[in-house]
Amino acid sequence: MSELASESSTRGARYSWGGDEFVFVELAEEMSLQANFKAMAITGLLRSERPDGVLEICPANASYQVRYDPDVLEPHAFLAHLKELEDRVGDALGVTLDCRVVEIPVLYRDPWTTETLLRFRDRHQDPDATDIEYAARINGYGSVEEFIAVHSGSPWFTSMVGFVAGLPFKYQMVPRERQILVPKYLRPRTDTPKQTVGYGGCFSCIYSVRGAGGYQMFGITPAPIYDPTQTKPDFAEHMVFMRPGDIVRFRPIDRDEYDDLAAKADAGQFRITNRPVGFDLQPFLDDPDGYNKRLLEVLA
Amino acid sequence: MTTIEVRKPGLSTTVQDGGRSGYYHLGIPPSGALDQYSLACANALVGNPGDAAVLEIVYMGPELAFTGPATVAVAGATIAPKVNGDERPVWESFDVAEGDVLSFDYLKAGARAYLAVAGGIDVEEKLGSRSTYALGALGGVEGRPLTEGDVLPVGSGPAGRAGLVLPVGLRPALSKQVEVRVVMGLYDHRLTDRGRAAFLDTEWTLTPVADRIGFRYTGGQLETVDREPPFGAGQDPSNIVDSPYPIGSIQVPGGVEPIVLHRDAVSGGGYMMVATVLSGDLDVVAQSAPRTRTKFVEVDLDTALRLRAERKERLVRMHAALDG
Repeated sequence: MSELASESSTRGARYSWGGDEFVFVELAEEMSLQANFKAMAITGLLRSERPDGVLEICPANASYQVRYDPDVLEPHAFLAHLKELEDRVGDALGVTLDCRVVEIPVLYRDPWTTETLLRFRDRHQDPDATDIEYAARINGYGSVEEFIAVHSGSPWFTSMVGFVAGLPFKYQMVPRERQILVPKYLRPRTDTPKQTVGYGGCFSCIYSVRGAGGYQMFGITPAPIYDPTQTKPDFAEHMVFMRPGDIVRFRPIDRDEYDDLAAKADAGQFRITNRPVGFDLQPFLDDPDGYNKRLLEVLA
Repeated sequence: MTTIEVRKPGLSTTVQDGGRSGYYHLGIPPSGALDQYSLACANALVGNPGDAAVLEIVYMGPELAFTGPATVAVAGATIAPKVNGDERPVWESFDVAEGDVLSFDYLKAGARAYLAVAGGIDVEEKLGSRSTYALGALGGVEGRPLTEGDVLPVGSGPAGRAGLVLPVGLRPALSKQVEVRVVMGLYDHRLTDRGRAAFLDTEWTLTPVADRIGFRYTGGQLETVDREPPFGAGQDPSNIVDSPYPIGSIQVPGGVEPIVLHRDAVSGGGYMMVATVLSGDLDVVAQSAPRTRTKFVEVDLDTALRLRAERKERLVRMHAALDG
């Protein structure tokens, strides 16, 4: 069965074994919201079926993987079933996802990520600029202020949660020609402050914990998104706040508001503002700006 | 209730069990003992369920004081335990008394030893497991490796029996030259035929970057197929649109220094993976110390499933040998 290594379905997805316990499916080589919708819809169907022997269902940006017990589920029959799910989802244009619109306050150009980035200039493309100055320049914006207005001006779709516990990858909900693109650091840093708002490739992210990282650092949020002690109010049920499908608006804040919200977060009094919403792909693709405007109105 | 007081923590001693399941899609990996077979052996030697919580000891052992009697056993790496300075064998259960101090000799073979205590290490379960996931500050003792002064509760349960010995034929071979079986796939189409052959023909050397997250090897360079980078992937030929990483998957950033992701894996990222280590052979990786020479040997899925069945039979024989 090693010939499966790059077996493709009729719809172009690529199926591969990941050893004896994983099936890996690449739905598209390129990132797109549509590929992510397929991953969400297929893994959503599989999750609702809860078949015996399925241990982990992990949707990702344009792919997904399943960990299963091959002593319970016969691998080839299971793989055939995943292909059936792909056929049922089709182009995903008719899929409605139950999402949340989530507001994340961000102090851009904060002192903590600035101090950190200055320690790692030897690993950066442009040692004489800060990360956000570099990102603004290579994306053709005249000023950092203009760049921040764009980064915080459109919503972002959480296309994957992972790398480390609770870290969301966020895909900009604008047509491709308007998307921000920034390379990762030349060599990864060994340090990133907790709750850093970062950028790599076409994804924004929020570092859930302090640690290594290769994404450019734009700012920091006072909002905790991971609490393994589950003592903060947003974490009573889950230690991870962000879910695949969360639609995020970054709201720029100043230092005074940051200090206020951070103090509230420390005292266990900060809640992340969020509202449930249904998200349909086709109307979004037809009129992204109009659709985004309506999405963000639920936060008002 | 017997407790264990940590006098010296060792290099990176953590509480680990069979691991947790169902949270990988949120970035929380399975964790658990890196060498699951030795975990089962250590537990069976003291009469515990195979996946009970133990201490995973890496390279250098801790010094532990017992506040009451206990039956204990060490399995995995050859790192001889000592009771009040007197050496005890590995792969054999023995008793410690109130006030006894358990320490360890230096490492002679392998990399990770498992100290089981009858009743299990009874820290609080987090998401269905007592395993430590340090990157996420989750499980074990405050989500971190042990430090001096920690106190570990021992669970209640049937008392262990001293003097149980695992037959030599049921112990894993510990070698500085190993073969690790893999199923090729994932993004191996990004390699040229020469790159693929180099991956399988190279004798790789394990670097000191070898921890619960991943094991990095050096020794060659893998040639990749030329391409236009797909949107969102990144410019490097080894970049992909960030995807999920299977446990045991082997990624090759920049085409050099393959990394085997282990049970504390980062759950996803943007580097091409070219193969996945068989779940059972992750035990072999776990017992590799830096400088271990390693060949990745390709098997197909049917062979992988046959080897998986053989491993299960071995576990049954191990339990039969100790439960009699």
